[in-house]
Amino acid sequence: MKTSAMSKRKSKESGGANGECISQTFRNKVSELNLQRNCKLETFSCLKVQKLLRERFCHHYATGKLFGMDHQYRHLLELLKRTIVHGESNSALIIGPRGSGKTALLKHVLKEVKEMKQVRENFLEVHLNGLLQTNDKTALKEITRQLHLENVVGDKVFGSFAENLAFLLEALRKGDRTSSCPVLFILDEFDLFVHHKNQTLLYNLFDISQSAQTPVTVIGLTCRQDILELLEKRVKSRFSHRQIYLLNSFDFKQYIRIFKEKLSLPAKYPDEAFAQKWNNNIQHLSEDKTVQDTLQKLFHYSKDLRSLHLLLMLALSNVTVHHPLITASDLHEASKQYRMDSRANIVHEFQKFVQRKAHCMYNFEKPVVMKAFEHLLQLELVKPIERPSVRTQREYLLMKLLLDNNQIMDALQVYPNCPTDIKQWAASSLSWL
Amino acid sequence: MKMPNLEHPAYPAATLLHLESLVPCRESQVSMLLSIFGERQQFSFPSIFIYGHTSSGKTYVMQTLLNTLKLPHVFVNCVEYFTSRLLLEEILIQLQSCCSEAEQTSHVPCDSFNDFVRLFKQAVGSQELQDQTLYIVLDRAEQLREMEANILPAFLRLQELTDRNVTVVLLSEIVWELFRPNTGCFEPFTLYFPDYSIGHLQKILSQSHPPEYSADFYAAYINILLGVFYMVCRDLKELQHLAVLNFSKYCEPVVNGEANERDTRKLWKNIEPHLKKAMQTVYLREISSSQWERLQRDDGEPGQLKGLSAHTHVELPYYSKFLLIAAYLASYNPVRTDKRFFLKHHGKIRKTNFMKKHEKTSNHLLGPKPFPLDRLLAILYSIVDNRVAPTANIFSQITSLVTLQLLSVVGHNDQLDGPRYKCTVSLDFIRAIARYEHGSASVKTERAQTANEYR
Repeated sequence: MKTSAMSKRKSKESGGANGECISQTFRNKVSELNLQRNCKLETFSCLKVQKLLRERFCHHYATGKLFGMDHQYRHLLELLKRTIVHGESNSALIIGPRGSGKTALLKHVLKEVKEMKQVRENFLEVHLNGLLQTNDKTALKEITRQLHLENVVGDKVFGSFAENLAFLLEALRKGDRTSSCPVLFILDEFDLFVHHKNQTLLYNLFDISQSAQTPVTVIGLTCRQDILELLEKRVKSRFSHRQIYLLNSFDFKQYIRIFKEKLSLPAKYPDEAFAQKWNNNIQHLSEDKTVQDTLQKLFHYSKDLRSLHLLLMLALSNVTVHHPLITASDLHEASKQYRMDSRANIVHEFQKFVQRKAHCMYNFEKPVVMKAFEHLLQLELVKPIERPSVRTQREYLLMKLLLDNNQIMDALQVYPNCPTDIKQWAASSLSWL
Repeated sequence: MKMPNLEHPAYPAATLLHLESLVPCRESQVSMLLSIFGERQQFSFPSIFIYGHTSSGKTYVMQTLLNTLKLPHVFVNCVEYFTSRLLLEEILIQLQSCCSEAEQTSHVPCDSFNDFVRLFKQAVGSQELQDQTLYIVLDRAEQLREMEANILPAFLRLQELTDRNVTVVLLSEIVWELFRPNTGCFEPFTLYFPDYSIGHLQKILSQSHPPEYSADFYAAYINILLGVFYMVCRDLKELQHLAVLNFSKYCEPVVNGEANERDTRKLWKNIEPHLKKAMQTVYLREISSSQWERLQRDDGEPGQLKGLSAHTHVELPYYSKFLLIAAYLASYNPVRTDKRFFLKHHGKIRKTNFMKKHEKTSNHLLGPKPFPLDRLLAILYSIVDNRVAPTANIFSQITSLVTLQLLSVVGHNDQLDGPRYKCTVSLDFIRAIARYEHGSASVKTERAQTANEYR
């Protein structure tokens, strides 16, 4: 990873002065090098901080810390231990709104389980995702692939899904061990599997988890709270009804503490001085009033940590060599950017349609106004009530407006070069509502 | 060396300066994008959503940015590749040329997103990329909503699903709220590209001046053009098109020697009617640009412009014209006014309470109302001078009007009461037809038309 400081240093070294006295050159070089080194170190630290924090916010769910989930963590850990160590079959659903940390929780628990000494090395994981495996056939192929059983299955043709799955699990039993190794099925976007035909995959997985043959645990992750109502009766009866809820149940004080923790550098960070400076800055930020206001607004809008990550990423992207610490204004800017009302930006187009009624100098021909109106349609600010058919003419199609008055008024305030009679017309006709 | 306004430690200053010259008036958006992208190997947001009006520079800025800084990327237009299969296969094909040195790109069959993820992981693991962030840019992303329901949420999560350093950028005119699926999804970072202001437009349009004339001359021309068209159109592409087409007319006085470059008043007097004409035709794309240029050379009259919407050249038989006028009157006049307008001896119409309440809505705004065949014939008999026999000729003309889509049939074919019709043409068309009538027929039609504007 070449930095511009490093390249600068290389170019300066090559162009050494010939005519100067040696000691002078030497002293210059040393001071230069010192300066460059400090500059380089700062750039380096800055970039390393960016790298580390970016990974924490955008990637790597397993390395971050978990907040407010101890109870659920222990529950899940216990569940997995029972399957893997004791050979019990189980099923569970992890339910929580978007961004509440379901995947992160699961990854943490899996990591810890793999590090446990009692775990025999051969438990298998199968990860399925509702977005990718959109029908049962694909899901079965994916299971075969993840269990590395393509050779075993070969070109066999099975009658039903159940036969296929039973064959796969039987194949895992080969070897001199008397019992087969436990299999963990993890189904992400569980609510999408519910829409498959007859819910065959779910039925079979839960069925196997109830019958005592192979120790199988099925864990589903979903964002829908009403998931149990979507399951068919025969599937629901085979499910153990074990539900783990992640409900973002922290209050604002804990939220600020989370904010601090997310931004702090770990103790093992190589550049101690910089880490100290950075962490002190974060401490100051968390006590600053404007920062607390910004966080309060975000907290009221959505409590989940994913939106916090987005805000912090935005603030972090302003960190450069010249601006090595995050300031309160960074956070304020980031929050403004994040919460910009998108509709108000786009409503400017409405103005062209409005001009037809204004008694201004330019009287536009009807086709010109129609073209502007079609543009509004394309932007989906107005929508026809029913699909356009041949019977109704284009001009007489009934439409409805998808904005409300406040958005229109806001947009007119912001619109540059807006003629005053339009503003007045809008104010008079929209104000009585 | 001039220091660029955009600064970033990862990229050399010369490249940034060059980039800045290519994207005028968009510095703040580009600097925001650069700061989000970060270093080449650093992770960025898994998905970014950029929205803004047409011709606000979204596609152009993204392409210029990625090409100038030589970031590994894949650029696909979702209207061109309108099914999921086409789209995914195209991304994989472009990946091949991005990730490997091989000249040949082979077609990779890819049915579903599941296969796509698997093939993508294989393709991205090569040495060429060296862990740099790969950008997948999807233009006209609103088409993604028309494909299968899992495509859009899966793209937003591509970084998580493939566990690679990839960022998906979506470009669209429509706001994010209209994209969000019902059960939610991974929210992207949204960035808005505001419209160009009039100063920006002036700056950008003046950049492309032809070499024969001075920059000031062209800038004055752009000023005039913007003055006329800015109220109607802020679209950069349209304005560029208009600027190119009308420039030769603007230069005419200078070329002919009647005026020199600084005679702004003469140039303005020459070009002004021309631009007004252009507003009706070229802006609406009723005639193509080559037709327009030919017209300018021949200096034709505006009345001769044969646009797509000019129906005046439709020739109808004698009775069809009257049928159409009668149909129009039947559609737009309420039934109780028939007695007043079409009979010789009529009484006054007293306004009832019902009428007083509903006076505000003009029939012209609500559209044509259906009327039965008998009423049409009754009105026809009253506006045509000589006696009209209800022969099959008349009825077949009604049917041909329906085929021409000047009338439309309302209701079911096997209605017992008889067919009901609706008139689908506008008042301008009717006026154009009625103009060619002579005699008292025209007097009657004029009277009926004023009756039409009764409200």
